[in-house]
Amino acid sequence: MFTKPIHIKLFFLAVLIAALLLPLFISDAYMFQVVIMSILFAIATCAMNLIIGFTGQASLAHGAFFGIGAYGVAILTKAGVSFWLALPAAAVMAVLIGLPVGLISLRTRGHYFAIVTLCFGVIMWIVAGNWIELTGGENGIFGIAPPGDILVPLIGRIDFSSQAAQYYLALAFLLLTLWALYRIVYSVFGLTFMAVRNNEALADAVGINTFTTKLISFEAANFIAALAGGLYAIVIGAVSPSAAGYGLTFNFLIYLILGGIATLSGSVIGAFAIPILMESLQFLQDYQLLIFGALLVVVIIYFPMGFVGGLRRLNQIIADRRRRKKSEAVHVSG
Amino acid sequence: MFLAKSLTKLFDGLAAVQDVSFEIKQGEILAIIGPNGAGKSTLFNMMTGTFKPTSGLVFMDGHNITGLKPYRIVTKGMARTFQTTSLFDQLRVIDNLMIGYKWRTGLGFWNTLLHTPKWKAYQTEAFLRAMEILEFLGLTDKSEFFIPALSQEEQKRLAIGIAMMGKPRMLLLDEPTGGLIQEETDRITRLIQRIRDQGTTVCIIEHKMQMIMGLADRIVVLNYGKKIAEGSPEEIKSNQAVIEAYLGGEVHA
Repeated sequence: MFTKPIHIKLFFLAVLIAALLLPLFISDAYMFQVVIMSILFAIATCAMNLIIGFTGQASLAHGAFFGIGAYGVAILTKAGVSFWLALPAAAVMAVLIGLPVGLISLRTRGHYFAIVTLCFGVIMWIVAGNWIELTGGENGIFGIAPPGDILVPLIGRIDFSSQAAQYYLALAFLLLTLWALYRIVYSVFGLTFMAVRNNEALADAVGINTFTTKLISFEAANFIAALAGGLYAIVIGAVSPSAAGYGLTFNFLIYLILGGIATLSGSVIGAFAIPILMESLQFLQDYQLLIFGALLVVVIIYFPMGFVGGLRRLNQIIADRRRRKKSEAVHVSG
Repeated sequence: MFLAKSLTKLFDGLAAVQDVSFEIKQGEILAIIGPNGAGKSTLFNMMTGTFKPTSGLVFMDGHNITGLKPYRIVTKGMARTFQTTSLFDQLRVIDNLMIGYKWRTGLGFWNTLLHTPKWKAYQTEAFLRAMEILEFLGLTDKSEFFIPALSQEEQKRLAIGIAMMGKPRMLLLDEPTGGLIQEETDRITRLIQRIRDQGTTVCIIEHKMQMIMGLADRIVVLNYGKKIAEGSPEEIKSNQAVIEAYLGGEVHA
């Protein structure tokens, strides 16, 4: 019912193999770090896609929940809790904090929801910068230890202090996120998210509790964002208020929009391509953001569904043309 | 099967619907007619939970459903369509239908994430129901189409199909043939008759007198928010109050 064509499956398989082999080819530690960061941002962007792209609720509190994950792991591991416990605990904390936020903010719609969630995002950022006893204030928390070793049958002991191990850890979480989103999005349950996005009154009239649907989507997104944040804390080894800031939210939003909103691959492509694009615009110096901004406007006007949406449209045009040619050929021969 | 008791709706003190009571019997087609602004849609919205009545009660099978949210009312066996064709226009035809079956299943977050055996059973059940409805609507070959590729009439039929997905015992149609030409109107009329023949009770708001006279078993007439007549099409046709208020002194039948 929802299966993809074989050549696309093969393409994804090739990307997966390339991703698995990548550490063999990267020697530069800085580049490696950038790649790992992109994976973490991709996870967070995928989560944002669930609430914004698929459910149509522009939650701008995403950076805050990423930050709750990051600070949660930082504070808990500093207190001596194992990372493997701290990570799920921080994600659950994000869900618990998200509950009152969602219960209040999801009563508003459209722009108002965006504003309310943005306010929460800013509040969390301010809290992170000022609650010095807990968060270390503007300096943040440093010296966060890498995850403890774990014993895996067949492979043996894995030591997470190496970049390669952290890379595979992040990659595993990205794949897990994509797997979960794939299952949710391509199902009747996922259709209810899109139903809420598309026509809330009709969704309500066909028996969908739209409020609960939005809340589930919001909380699932928060949970995943916090996981990404928790991984961020141990990869960087430090957290500061910028890890909970609204600047982060807008970065995710840009990855999401340029990559392709409401497409699973778009979030990942955006999270990898945009930082590279920004790097390559570095030579423009002071004009970098100006040019980038203009580019953003052009993409939103002409490719509202982003890169992946543009590809799909191109694919559609080619398919239509082929079909037309075929039917013409039939007419001629008939 | 359905009972509306003294329904009143005030908007800023102005009565859109005033003290309207009527009954819908099992297996019949009941039409609600009246001039523009007579309060038909407001009445409909109170029946389906979109508006809360200022006063009055709504019963379904003897249960008080007044003030329940629309998504709860659906589970009581009452489904509706909207006046302006309302569809999920970003989704395919089949997806539109599947959404209409969701409330009958346990297709929630965990079942979907873990692909439990229940999930498989429900997903198949929803798919089979969608296939059944597609065939009923005559849209089987368009199941993968997106909504803008459908004709106006096909869209209206699909809107009815979405409401039928959840196997309602009563279907409320708000101007199902609005904006259609005669030929298309006839086809929708036949579809509504087939729905009734399958055992679903139908309540319909319509403007097209000729169509209603041929389709409805009973008619309720509203004017200025009040019920001015109720009866069979023949009775309504010859009712003096209706002729004066609604038909402008002349019957087009």
